[in-house]
Amino acid sequence: MASDVTISRVAGDIDVTSAGGDTSLASSDRAWRGIARLGWTLVFPVVVLSIWISGANTGWLPEQILPRPTDVLNTLLEMLRSGELKTHTAVSLLRVIYGFAAGATVGFALGAAMGLSRTVDDYVRPLFTAIAQVPALAWIPLAMLLLGIGETLKIVVIAKAAFVPVVMNTSAGIRNVSPQLLEVAETLQFSTWQKLCLVVLPASIPSVFTGLRYGLTHSWISLVSVELVASSEGLGYLLVWGRQMFWLDTVLVSMLVIGLVGFLSDKVLAVVEQHLQQWKVDHV
Amino acid sequence: MSDAAFGPEAATSKRLRRGLVLPLALLLLWEATSHSGLVNPQFLPPLEKVGTTAWRELTSGELLFDLLASLRRDLSGFAIGTGLGGAIGILLGLSSIADRIFTAWFNGLKQIALLAWIPLISIWFGFDQAAKVVFIALAAAIPVILNVVEGIRGASRKDVEVGEIFKFTRPQFIVLIYLPSALPSILTGIHLALIYSWLATIGAEYFMAVGPGIGGLIIAGRERFEMDMVLLGIVVLGGVGFAIDRLATLLEDRIIPWRRVA
Repeated sequence: MASDVTISRVAGDIDVTSAGGDTSLASSDRAWRGIARLGWTLVFPVVVLSIWISGANTGWLPEQILPRPTDVLNTLLEMLRSGELKTHTAVSLLRVIYGFAAGATVGFALGAAMGLSRTVDDYVRPLFTAIAQVPALAWIPLAMLLLGIGETLKIVVIAKAAFVPVVMNTSAGIRNVSPQLLEVAETLQFSTWQKLCLVVLPASIPSVFTGLRYGLTHSWISLVSVELVASSEGLGYLLVWGRQMFWLDTVLVSMLVIGLVGFLSDKVLAVVEQHLQQWKVDHV
Repeated sequence: MSDAAFGPEAATSKRLRRGLVLPLALLLLWEATSHSGLVNPQFLPPLEKVGTTAWRELTSGELLFDLLASLRRDLSGFAIGTGLGGAIGILLGLSSIADRIFTAWFNGLKQIALLAWIPLISIWFGFDQAAKVVFIALAAAIPVILNVVEGIRGASRKDVEVGEIFKFTRPQFIVLIYLPSALPSILTGIHLALIYSWLATIGAEYFMAVGPGIGGLIIAGRERFEMDMVLLGIVVLGGVGFAIDRLATLLEDRIIPWRRVA
Protein backbone atom coordinates (compact mmCIF):
# COMPACT_ATOMS: atom_id res chain seq x y z
CA MET A 1 0.00 0.00 0.00
CA ALA A 2 2.64 2.46 1.08
CA SER A 3 4.61 1.92 -2.11
CA ASP A 4 1.49 2.62 -4.21
CA VAL A 5 1.10 5.88 -2.41
CA THR A 6 4.69 6.97 -2.99
CA ILE A 7 4.50 6.03 -6.64
CA SER A 8 1.37 8.06 -7.22
CA ARG A 9 2.90 10.98 -5.38
CA VAL A 10 6.03 10.82 -7.50
CA ALA A 11 3.88 10.68 -10.62
CA GLY A 12 2.04 13.73 -9.34
CA ASP A 13 5.32 15.63 -8.95
CA ILE A 14 6.21 14.88 -12.55
CA ASP A 15 2.88 16.23 -13.71
CA VAL A 16 3.36 19.41 -11.75
CA THR A 17 6.78 20.13 -13.22
CA SER A 18 5.80 19.28 -16.76
CA ALA A 19 2.64 21.36 -16.56
CA GLY A 20 4.84 24.47 -16.39
CA GLY A 21 6.19 23.87 -19.90
CA ASP A 22 4.49 23.38 -23.23
CA THR A 23 1.69 20.82 -22.87
CA SER A 24 2.40 19.04 -26.16
CA LEU A 25 6.01 18.71 -25.12
CA ALA A 26 4.89 17.30 -21.80
CA SER A 27 2.71 14.67 -23.40
CA SER A 28 5.37 13.61 -25.90
CA ASP A 29 7.79 13.52 -23.00
CA ARG A 30 5.46 11.26 -21.12
CA ALA A 31 4.96 9.01 -24.14
CA TRP A 32 8.73 8.78 -24.50
CA ARG A 33 9.03 7.87 -20.86
CA GLY A 34 6.41 5.16 -21.30
CA ILE A 35 8.24 3.69 -24.28
CA ALA A 36 11.52 3.73 -22.39
CA ARG A 37 9.92 1.93 -19.48
CA LEU A 38 8.42 -0.66 -21.78
CA GLY A 39 11.82 -1.13 -23.40
CA TRP A 40 13.47 -1.81 -20.05
CA THR A 41 10.68 -4.16 -19.05
CA LEU A 42 11.18 -6.14 -22.24
CA VAL A 43 14.87 -6.79 -21.52
CA PHE A 44 14.19 -9.57 -19.07
CA PRO A 45 11.75 -11.64 -21.17
CA VAL A 46 13.88 -11.21 -24.29
CA VAL A 47 16.95 -12.53 -22.47
CA VAL A 48 15.03 -15.37 -20.84
CA LEU A 49 13.28 -16.33 -24.05
CA SER A 50 16.48 -16.35 -26.08
CA ILE A 51 18.23 -18.54 -23.53
CA TRP A 52 15.17 -20.76 -23.37
CA ILE A 53 14.87 -21.08 -27.17
CA SER A 54 18.56 -21.64 -27.77
CA GLY A 55 18.69 -24.08 -24.86
CA ALA A 56 15.77 -26.05 -26.27
CA ASN A 57 17.22 -26.00 -29.80
CA THR A 58 20.71 -27.08 -28.87
CA GLY A 59 19.29 -29.72 -26.59
CA TRP A 60 21.03 -28.86 -23.33
CA LEU A 61 17.65 -27.98 -21.88
CA PRO A 62 15.77 -31.29 -21.96
CA GLU A 63 12.09 -31.13 -22.80
CA GLN A 64 11.24 -32.84 -19.50
CA ILE A 65 12.74 -29.88 -17.67
CA LEU A 66 11.39 -27.12 -19.87
CA PRO A 67 9.50 -27.61 -23.12
CA ARG A 68 10.11 -25.24 -26.02
CA PRO A 69 8.35 -21.89 -25.78
CA THR A 70 6.58 -22.71 -29.05
CA ASP A 71 5.26 -25.93 -27.49
CA VAL A 72 3.88 -24.00 -24.55
CA LEU A 73 2.29 -21.48 -26.91
CA ASN A 74 0.82 -24.25 -29.05
CA THR A 75 -0.59 -25.97 -25.98
CA LEU A 76 -2.10 -22.69 -24.87
CA LEU A 77 -3.71 -22.11 -28.27
CA GLU A 78 -4.86 -25.70 -28.52
CA MET A 79 -6.42 -25.60 -25.04
CA LEU A 80 -8.09 -22.32 -25.90
CA ARG A 81 -9.45 -23.69 -29.17
CA SER A 82 -10.75 -26.93 -27.72
CA GLY A 83 -12.50 -25.02 -24.94
CA GLU A 84 -10.65 -27.08 -22.31
CA LEU A 85 -9.11 -24.06 -20.70
CA LYS A 86 -12.42 -22.23 -20.70
CA THR A 87 -14.23 -25.12 -19.03
CA HIS A 88 -11.68 -25.52 -16.25
CA THR A 89 -11.41 -21.78 -15.66
CA ALA A 90 -15.19 -21.48 -15.54
CA VAL A 91 -15.42 -24.30 -12.99
CA SER A 92 -12.80 -22.62 -10.81
CA LEU A 93 -14.33 -19.17 -11.13
CA LEU A 94 -17.78 -20.44 -10.24
CA ARG A 95 -16.42 -22.14 -7.12
CA VAL A 96 -14.72 -18.94 -6.05
CA ILE A 97 -17.85 -16.89 -6.70
CA TYR A 98 -20.07 -19.21 -4.63
CA GLY A 99 -17.57 -19.63 -1.83
CA PHE A 100 -16.64 -15.97 -1.72
CA ALA A 101 -20.29 -14.85 -1.78
CA ALA A 102 -21.16 -17.21 1.09
CA GLY A 103 -18.08 -16.37 3.16
CA ALA A 104 -18.34 -12.63 2.58
CA THR A 105 -22.06 -12.49 3.43
CA VAL A 106 -21.72 -14.42 6.66
CA GLY A 107 -18.49 -12.59 7.44
CA PHE A 108 -20.09 -9.20 6.91
CA ALA A 109 -23.03 -10.07 9.14
CA LEU A 110 -20.79 -11.38 11.92
CA GLY A 111 -18.27 -8.57 11.54
CA ALA A 112 -21.03 -5.97 11.71
CA ALA A 113 -22.50 -7.58 14.81
CA MET A 114 -19.05 -7.68 16.44
CA GLY A 115 -18.37 -4.10 15.49
CA LEU A 116 -21.68 -2.78 16.75
CA SER A 117 -21.93 -4.72 19.97
CA ARG A 118 -19.19 -5.18 22.55
CA THR A 119 -21.10 -8.09 24.01
CA VAL A 120 -21.18 -10.03 20.75
CA ASP A 121 -17.51 -9.25 20.27
CA ASP A 122 -16.65 -10.52 23.75
CA TYR A 123 -18.49 -13.79 23.15
CA VAL A 124 -17.29 -14.49 19.62
CA ARG A 125 -13.80 -12.98 19.34
CA PRO A 126 -11.72 -15.72 21.06
CA LEU A 127 -13.30 -18.54 19.08
CA PHE A 128 -13.00 -16.53 15.89
CA THR A 129 -9.32 -15.81 16.56
CA ALA A 130 -8.65 -19.49 17.16
CA ILE A 131 -10.34 -20.42 13.88
CA ALA A 132 -8.61 -17.62 11.98
CA GLN A 133 -5.24 -18.61 13.42
CA VAL A 134 -5.28 -21.98 11.70
CA PRO A 135 -4.66 -21.41 7.98
CA ALA A 136 -7.15 -22.55 5.34
CA LEU A 137 -4.62 -25.09 4.16
CA ALA A 138 -4.69 -26.83 7.52
CA TRP A 139 -8.47 -27.06 7.60
CA ILE A 140 -8.60 -28.92 4.30
CA PRO A 141 -7.86 -32.45 5.65
CA LEU A 142 -10.34 -31.96 8.49
CA ALA A 143 -12.97 -30.63 6.10
CA MET A 144 -12.31 -33.58 3.80
CA LEU A 145 -13.05 -36.03 6.59
CA LEU A 146 -16.28 -34.24 7.49
CA LEU A 147 -17.53 -33.20 4.06
CA GLY A 148 -16.00 -35.68 1.65
CA ILE A 149 -14.26 -34.44 -1.47
CA GLY A 150 -17.28 -33.08 -3.30
CA GLU A 151 -18.27 -29.57 -4.23
CA THR A 152 -19.31 -28.73 -0.65
CA LEU A 153 -15.72 -29.12 0.50
CA LYS A 154 -14.45 -26.57 -2.02
CA ILE A 155 -17.18 -24.06 -1.29
CA VAL A 156 -16.66 -24.34 2.48
CA VAL A 157 -12.87 -23.99 2.28
CA ILE A 158 -13.14 -20.97 -0.02
CA ALA A 159 -15.89 -19.45 2.11
CA LYS A 160 -13.72 -19.76 5.22
CA ALA A 161 -10.84 -18.04 3.44
CA ALA A 162 -13.08 -15.10 2.50
CA PHE A 163 -14.83 -15.06 5.87
CA VAL A 164 -11.83 -14.29 8.08
CA PRO A 165 -10.56 -11.03 6.53
CA VAL A 166 -14.12 -9.77 5.98
CA VAL A 167 -15.00 -10.26 9.66
CA MET A 168 -11.78 -8.61 10.84
CA ASN A 169 -12.03 -5.56 8.60
CA THR A 170 -15.78 -5.08 8.98
CA SER A 171 -15.66 -5.18 12.76
CA ALA A 172 -12.59 -2.93 12.88
CA GLY A 173 -14.13 -0.52 10.37
CA ILE A 174 -17.32 -0.14 12.37
CA ARG A 175 -15.50 0.06 15.68
CA ASN A 176 -13.23 2.79 14.31
CA VAL A 177 -15.96 5.06 13.01
CA SER A 178 -14.81 8.46 14.14
CA PRO A 179 -16.42 9.48 17.45
CA GLN A 180 -16.74 12.99 16.07
CA LEU A 181 -19.07 11.73 13.36
CA LEU A 182 -21.13 9.94 15.98
CA GLU A 183 -21.27 13.12 18.04
CA VAL A 184 -22.64 15.01 15.08
CA ALA A 185 -25.27 12.31 14.65
CA GLU A 186 -26.04 12.61 18.35
CA THR A 187 -26.42 16.36 18.04
CA LEU A 188 -28.76 15.95 15.09
CA GLN A 189 -30.76 13.49 17.22
CA PHE A 190 -30.57 10.70 14.68
CA SER A 191 -32.45 7.51 15.47
CA THR A 192 -30.38 4.34 15.81
CA TRP A 193 -31.46 3.30 12.35
CA GLN A 194 -30.43 6.66 10.90
CA LYS A 195 -27.10 6.49 12.67
CA LEU A 196 -26.51 3.06 11.19
CA CYS A 197 -27.47 3.93 7.62
CA LEU A 198 -26.23 7.50 7.43
CA VAL A 199 -23.10 7.42 9.56
CA VAL A 200 -21.76 4.03 10.57
CA LEU A 201 -22.17 2.13 7.32
CA PRO A 202 -20.88 4.84 4.95
CA ALA A 203 -17.94 5.57 7.24
CA SER A 204 -16.93 1.92 7.43
CA ILE A 205 -17.27 1.12 3.72
CA PRO A 206 -13.58 1.64 2.84
CA SER A 207 -12.52 -0.77 5.56
CA VAL A 208 -15.20 -3.30 4.64
CA PHE A 209 -14.00 -3.11 1.08
CA THR A 210 -10.41 -3.76 2.10
CA GLY A 211 -11.71 -6.89 3.81
CA LEU A 212 -13.55 -7.94 0.67
CA ARG A 213 -10.44 -7.45 -1.40
CA TYR A 214 -8.30 -9.57 0.92
CA GLY A 215 -11.14 -12.07 1.08
CA LEU A 216 -11.21 -12.45 -2.68
CA THR A 217 -7.43 -12.88 -2.86
CA HIS A 218 -7.52 -15.50 -0.11
CA SER A 219 -10.46 -17.24 -1.80
CA TRP A 220 -8.52 -17.56 -4.99
CA ILE A 221 -5.44 -18.89 -3.22
CA SER A 222 -7.39 -21.44 -1.24
CA LEU A 223 -9.25 -22.50 -4.38
CA VAL A 224 -5.91 -23.47 -5.85
CA SER A 225 -4.98 -25.39 -2.69
CA VAL A 226 -8.24 -27.27 -2.44
CA GLU A 227 -8.25 -28.10 -6.14
CA LEU A 228 -4.70 -29.38 -5.85
CA VAL A 229 -5.74 -31.75 -3.06
CA ALA A 230 -9.08 -32.99 -4.24
CA SER A 231 -10.62 -32.19 -7.58
CA SER A 232 -11.44 -33.67 -10.94
CA GLU A 233 -11.87 -30.39 -12.76
CA GLY A 234 -10.71 -26.80 -12.44
CA LEU A 235 -7.38 -25.05 -12.86
CA GLY A 236 -5.79 -26.69 -9.82
CA TYR A 237 -6.76 -30.08 -11.18
CA LEU A 238 -5.23 -29.15 -14.53
CA LEU A 239 -1.97 -28.45 -12.68
CA VAL A 240 -1.97 -31.79 -10.89
CA TRP A 241 -2.90 -33.64 -14.02
CA GLY A 242 -0.18 -31.99 -16.07
CA ARG A 243 2.25 -32.82 -13.28
CA GLN A 244 1.27 -36.49 -13.26
CA MET A 245 1.54 -36.75 -17.02
CA PHE A 246 4.79 -34.79 -17.01
CA TRP A 247 3.15 -32.34 -19.40
CA LEU A 248 5.09 -29.30 -18.41
CA ASP A 249 3.42 -27.19 -21.06
CA THR A 250 0.03 -27.86 -19.43
CA VAL A 251 1.48 -27.01 -16.02
CA LEU A 252 2.92 -23.74 -17.31
CA VAL A 253 -0.30 -22.76 -19.07
CA SER A 254 -2.32 -23.45 -15.91
CA MET A 255 0.06 -21.35 -13.84
CA LEU A 256 -0.26 -18.55 -16.36
CA VAL A 257 -4.05 -18.58 -16.15
CA ILE A 258 -4.02 -18.79 -12.35
CA GLY A 259 -1.71 -15.79 -12.18
CA LEU A 260 -3.74 -13.87 -14.75
CA VAL A 261 -7.07 -14.39 -13.02
CA GLY A 262 -5.56 -13.49 -9.65
CA PHE A 263 -4.01 -10.38 -11.13
CA LEU A 264 -7.17 -9.22 -12.91
CA SER A 265 -9.51 -9.76 -9.98
CA ASP A 266 -7.15 -7.90 -7.66
CA LYS A 267 -6.71 -5.03 -10.14
CA VAL A 268 -10.45 -4.56 -10.58
CA LEU A 269 -11.01 -4.45 -6.84
CA ALA A 270 -8.02 -2.15 -6.36
CA VAL A 271 -9.53 0.36 -8.78
CA VAL A 272 -12.89 0.23 -7.03
CA GLU A 273 -11.14 0.55 -3.68
CA GLN A 274 -9.27 3.64 -4.78
CA HIS A 275 -12.57 5.26 -5.70
CA LEU A 276 -13.98 4.38 -2.31
CA GLN A 277 -10.92 5.67 -0.48
CA GLN A 278 -11.39 9.04 -2.12
CA TRP A 279 -14.40 9.84 -0.01
CA LYS A 280 -13.03 8.24 3.10
CA VAL A 281 -13.71 10.54 6.03
CA ASP A 282 -11.49 10.46 9.08
CA HIS A 283 -12.31 13.79 10.60
CA VAL A 284 -15.22 16.12 10.44
CA MET B 1 -19.48 1.47 29.98
CA SER B 2 -21.04 0.05 33.14
CA ASP B 3 -17.93 -2.10 33.48
CA ALA B 4 -15.95 1.00 34.30
CA ALA B 5 -17.45 1.07 37.78
CA PHE B 6 -15.82 -2.27 38.59
CA GLY B 7 -12.45 -1.27 37.28
CA PRO B 8 -10.56 -2.67 34.33
CA GLU B 9 -9.81 -5.97 36.05
CA ALA B 10 -13.45 -6.88 36.50
CA ALA B 11 -14.11 -5.94 32.89
CA THR B 12 -11.30 -8.18 31.68
CA SER B 13 -12.47 -11.15 33.68
CA LYS B 14 -15.99 -10.61 32.40
CA ARG B 15 -14.69 -10.58 28.84
CA LEU B 16 -12.68 -13.70 29.56
CA ARG B 17 -15.74 -15.48 30.90
CA ARG B 18 -17.80 -14.47 27.91
CA GLY B 19 -15.06 -15.53 25.53
CA LEU B 20 -14.97 -19.00 27.04
CA VAL B 21 -18.69 -19.64 26.61
CA LEU B 22 -18.73 -20.52 22.93
CA PRO B 23 -15.62 -22.73 22.84
CA LEU B 24 -16.77 -24.62 25.93
CA ALA B 25 -20.26 -25.04 24.52
CA LEU B 26 -18.80 -26.39 21.30
CA LEU B 27 -16.60 -28.85 23.17
CA LEU B 28 -19.55 -29.99 25.28
CA LEU B 29 -21.69 -30.44 22.18
CA TRP B 30 -18.90 -32.41 20.59
CA GLU B 31 -18.43 -34.66 23.61
CA ALA B 32 -22.16 -35.25 23.92
CA THR B 33 -22.57 -36.03 20.21
CA SER B 34 -19.69 -38.42 20.07
CA HIS B 35 -21.02 -40.34 23.09
CA SER B 36 -24.61 -40.31 21.88
CA GLY B 37 -23.80 -42.82 19.16
CA LEU B 38 -25.52 -40.66 16.55
CA VAL B 39 -22.36 -40.16 14.57
CA ASN B 40 -19.52 -42.43 13.63
CA PRO B 41 -16.91 -41.99 16.38
CA GLN B 42 -14.28 -42.19 13.68
CA PHE B 43 -15.42 -38.81 12.41
CA LEU B 44 -15.99 -37.29 15.80
CA PRO B 45 -13.82 -39.07 18.34
CA PRO B 46 -14.59 -38.24 21.96
CA LEU B 47 -12.29 -35.64 23.47
CA GLU B 48 -10.63 -38.07 25.83
CA LYS B 49 -9.56 -40.13 22.81
CA VAL B 50 -7.99 -37.08 21.21
CA GLY B 51 -6.30 -36.43 24.54
CA THR B 52 -4.89 -39.92 24.86
CA THR B 53 -3.69 -39.82 21.26
CA ALA B 54 -1.97 -36.53 21.94
CA TRP B 55 -0.38 -37.94 25.08
CA ARG B 56 0.73 -41.12 23.32
CA GLU B 57 2.27 -39.20 20.42
CA LEU B 58 3.94 -36.78 22.78
CA THR B 59 5.45 -39.37 25.07
CA SER B 60 6.52 -41.71 22.28
CA GLY B 61 8.44 -38.80 20.84
CA GLU B 62 6.94 -39.28 17.39
CA LEU B 63 5.15 -35.98 17.40
CA LEU B 64 8.31 -34.23 18.47
CA PHE B 65 10.23 -36.00 15.75
CA ASP B 66 7.77 -34.85 13.08
CA LEU B 67 7.66 -31.37 14.50
CA LEU B 68 11.44 -31.07 14.50
CA ALA B 69 11.60 -32.32 10.93
CA SER B 70 9.08 -29.68 9.89
CA LEU B 71 10.84 -26.93 11.80
CA ARG B 72 14.23 -27.82 10.37
CA ARG B 73 12.76 -27.73 6.87
CA ASP B 74 10.99 -24.49 7.65
CA LEU B 75 14.14 -22.81 8.94
CA SER B 76 16.38 -23.95 6.07
CA GLY B 77 13.89 -22.67 3.52
CA PHE B 78 13.38 -19.50 5.50
CA ALA B 79 17.10 -18.83 5.79
CA ILE B 80 17.76 -19.38 2.10
CA GLY B 81 14.70 -17.44 1.02
CA THR B 82 15.35 -14.51 3.31
CA GLY B 83 19.02 -14.33 2.30
CA LEU B 84 18.31 -14.43 -1.41
CA GLY B 85 15.25 -12.21 -1.05
CA GLY B 86 17.28 -9.65 0.88
CA ALA B 87 19.97 -9.58 -1.79
CA ILE B 88 17.42 -9.25 -4.60
CA GLY B 89 15.53 -6.60 -2.67
CA ILE B 90 18.67 -4.53 -2.12
CA LEU B 91 19.53 -4.81 -5.80
CA LEU B 92 16.04 -3.76 -6.91
CA GLY B 93 15.91 -1.00 -4.34
CA LEU B 94 19.28 0.54 -5.13
CA SER B 95 19.72 0.00 -8.85
CA SER B 96 17.22 1.81 -10.98
CA ILE B 97 18.25 -0.29 -13.97
CA ALA B 98 17.53 -3.56 -12.15
CA ASP B 99 14.28 -2.05 -10.95
CA ARG B 100 13.23 -1.10 -14.48
CA ILE B 101 14.14 -4.51 -15.86
CA PHE B 102 12.73 -6.80 -13.19
CA THR B 103 10.10 -5.14 -11.01
CA ALA B 104 7.20 -5.46 -13.46
CA TRP B 105 7.97 -9.14 -13.94
CA PHE B 106 8.42 -9.79 -10.28
CA ASN B 107 5.01 -8.22 -9.64
CA GLY B 108 3.52 -10.42 -12.34
CA LEU B 109 5.07 -13.65 -11.03
CA LYS B 110 3.95 -12.74 -7.53
CA GLN B 111 0.34 -13.01 -8.69
CA ILE B 112 0.62 -16.76 -9.17
CA ALA B 113 -0.82 -18.41 -6.09
CA LEU B 114 2.15 -19.84 -4.23
CA LEU B 115 0.88 -23.41 -4.15
CA ALA B 116 0.55 -23.39 -7.93
CA TRP B 117 4.35 -23.53 -8.03
CA ILE B 118 4.40 -26.94 -6.36
CA PRO B 119 3.77 -29.06 -9.48
CA LEU B 120 6.52 -27.25 -11.39
CA ILE B 121 8.94 -27.43 -8.48
CA SER B 122 8.22 -31.10 -7.97
CA ILE B 123 8.94 -31.82 -11.63
CA TRP B 124 12.23 -29.97 -11.37
CA PHE B 125 13.37 -31.05 -7.93
CA GLY B 126 11.44 -34.22 -7.15
CA PHE B 127 9.56 -34.83 -3.90
CA ASP B 128 12.48 -34.79 -1.52
CA GLN B 129 13.81 -32.35 0.99
CA ALA B 130 15.40 -30.23 -1.74
CA ALA B 131 12.09 -29.58 -3.49
CA LYS B 132 10.41 -28.66 -0.22
CA VAL B 133 13.17 -26.29 0.81
CA VAL B 134 13.09 -24.62 -2.62
CA PHE B 135 9.37 -24.07 -2.29
CA ILE B 136 9.65 -22.71 1.27
CA ALA B 137 12.49 -20.43 0.19
CA LEU B 138 10.32 -19.06 -2.61
CA ALA B 139 7.54 -18.37 -0.15
CA ALA B 140 9.93 -16.58 2.22
CA ALA B 141 11.69 -14.58 -0.47
CA ILE B 142 8.64 -12.79 -1.87
CA PRO B 143 7.65 -10.72 1.19
CA VAL B 144 11.31 -10.00 1.96
CA ILE B 145 11.93 -8.62 -1.53
CA LEU B 146 8.80 -6.48 -1.42
CA ASN B 147 9.55 -4.98 1.97
CA VAL B 148 13.27 -4.45 1.46
CA VAL B 149 12.57 -2.56 -1.77
CA GLU B 150 9.92 -0.49 -0.07
CA GLY B 151 12.18 0.23 2.89
CA ILE B 152 15.11 1.37 0.76
CA ARG B 153 12.90 3.55 -1.43
CA GLY B 154 11.46 5.05 1.71
CA ALA B 155 14.88 6.30 2.91
CA SER B 156 14.39 9.94 3.68
CA ARG B 157 15.70 12.44 1.16
CA LYS B 158 17.33 14.36 4.00
CA ASP B 159 19.39 11.36 5.12
CA VAL B 160 20.54 10.78 1.58
CA GLU B 161 21.57 14.45 1.30
CA VAL B 162 23.61 14.15 4.48
CA GLY B 163 25.36 11.17 2.94
CA GLU B 164 26.05 13.16 -0.19
CA ILE B 165 27.56 15.98 1.83
CA PHE B 166 29.86 13.53 3.59
CA LYS B 167 30.76 12.10 0.18
CA PHE B 168 29.85 8.58 1.24
CA THR B 169 30.94 5.75 -1.00
CA ARG B 170 28.35 3.28 -2.28
CA PRO B 171 28.94 0.70 0.48
CA GLN B 172 28.85 3.45 3.10
CA PHE B 173 25.53 4.63 1.71
CA ILE B 174 24.13 1.14 1.97
CA VAL B 175 25.39 0.40 5.47
CA LEU B 176 24.97 3.82 7.05
CA ILE B 177 21.88 5.22 5.35
CA TYR B 178 19.73 2.78 3.42
CA LEU B 179 19.82 -0.23 5.70
CA PRO B 180 19.14 1.63 8.96
CA SER B 181 16.24 3.55 7.51
CA ALA B 182 14.91 0.41 5.86
CA LEU B 183 15.24 -1.59 9.08
CA PRO B 184 11.58 -1.49 10.17
CA SER B 185 10.46 -2.49 6.71
CA ILE B 186 13.07 -5.24 6.52
CA LEU B 187 11.91 -6.63 9.84
CA THR B 188 8.31 -6.62 8.60
CA GLY B 189 9.48 -8.56 5.58
CA ILE B 190 11.28 -11.10 7.76
CA HIS B 191 8.27 -11.39 10.02
CA LEU B 192 6.03 -12.12 7.04
CA ALA B 193 8.64 -14.51 5.67
CA LEU B 194 8.51 -16.46 8.93
CA ILE B 195 4.73 -16.80 8.66
CA TYR B 196 4.75 -17.62 4.96
CA SER B 197 7.51 -20.16 5.25
CA TRP B 198 5.60 -22.01 7.96
CA LEU B 199 2.53 -22.10 5.71
CA ALA B 200 4.71 -23.22 2.83
CA THR B 201 6.22 -25.97 4.98
CA ILE B 202 2.77 -27.39 5.57
CA GLY B 203 1.85 -26.99 1.91
CA ALA B 204 5.04 -28.68 0.78
CA GLU B 205 4.47 -31.56 3.18
CA TYR B 206 0.90 -32.01 1.96
CA PHE B 207 1.74 -32.21 -1.68
CA MET B 208 5.19 -33.74 -1.56
CA ALA B 209 4.33 -36.19 1.14
CA VAL B 210 7.62 -37.96 1.56
CA GLY B 211 9.49 -38.02 4.85
CA PRO B 212 8.48 -36.98 8.36
CA GLY B 213 6.67 -33.75 9.17
CA ILE B 214 3.50 -32.35 10.68
CA GLY B 215 1.86 -31.95 7.27
CA GLY B 216 2.58 -35.57 6.44
CA LEU B 217 1.16 -36.57 9.83
CA ILE B 218 -2.14 -34.85 9.05
CA ILE B 219 -2.37 -36.30 5.55
CA ALA B 220 -1.63 -39.79 6.86
CA GLY B 221 -4.27 -39.33 9.55
CA ARG B 222 -6.81 -38.31 6.94
CA GLU B 223 -6.02 -41.27 4.73
CA ARG B 224 -6.46 -43.65 7.65
CA PHE B 225 -9.60 -41.83 8.79
CA GLU B 226 -8.01 -41.04 12.13
CA MET B 227 -9.73 -37.84 13.08
CA ASP B 228 -7.84 -37.61 16.39
CA MET B 229 -4.52 -37.52 14.52
CA VAL B 230 -5.81 -34.89 12.12
CA LEU B 231 -7.05 -32.73 14.98
CA LEU B 232 -3.83 -33.11 16.89
CA GLY B 233 -1.88 -32.13 13.80
CA ILE B 234 -4.03 -29.06 13.21
CA VAL B 235 -3.68 -27.92 16.81
CA VAL B 236 0.12 -28.32 16.69
CA LEU B 237 0.27 -26.56 13.36
CA GLY B 238 -1.84 -23.64 14.52
CA GLY B 239 0.07 -23.48 17.80
CA VAL B 240 3.46 -23.36 16.11
CA GLY B 241 2.22 -20.70 13.68
CA PHE B 242 0.95 -18.66 16.60
CA ALA B 243 4.21 -19.07 18.54
CA ILE B 244 6.30 -18.05 15.52
CA ASP B 245 4.17 -14.96 15.02
CA ARG B 246 4.35 -13.94 18.70
CA LEU B 247 8.08 -14.51 18.81
CA ALA B 248 8.64 -12.41 15.72
CA THR B 249 6.50 -9.61 17.16
CA LEU B 250 8.45 -9.67 20.42
CA LEU B 251 11.77 -9.55 18.59
CA GLU B 252 10.58 -6.71 16.40
CA ASP B 253 9.51 -4.71 19.44
CA ARG B 254 12.90 -5.40 21.00
CA ILE B 255 14.95 -4.39 17.98
CA ILE B 256 12.97 -1.33 16.99
CA PRO B 257 11.01 -0.24 20.05
CA TRP B 258 10.38 3.21 18.56
CA ARG B 259 8.03 1.89 15.92
CA ARG B 260 5.29 1.03 18.35
CA VAL B 261 5.05 4.68 19.20
CA ALA B 262 5.33 5.94 15.65
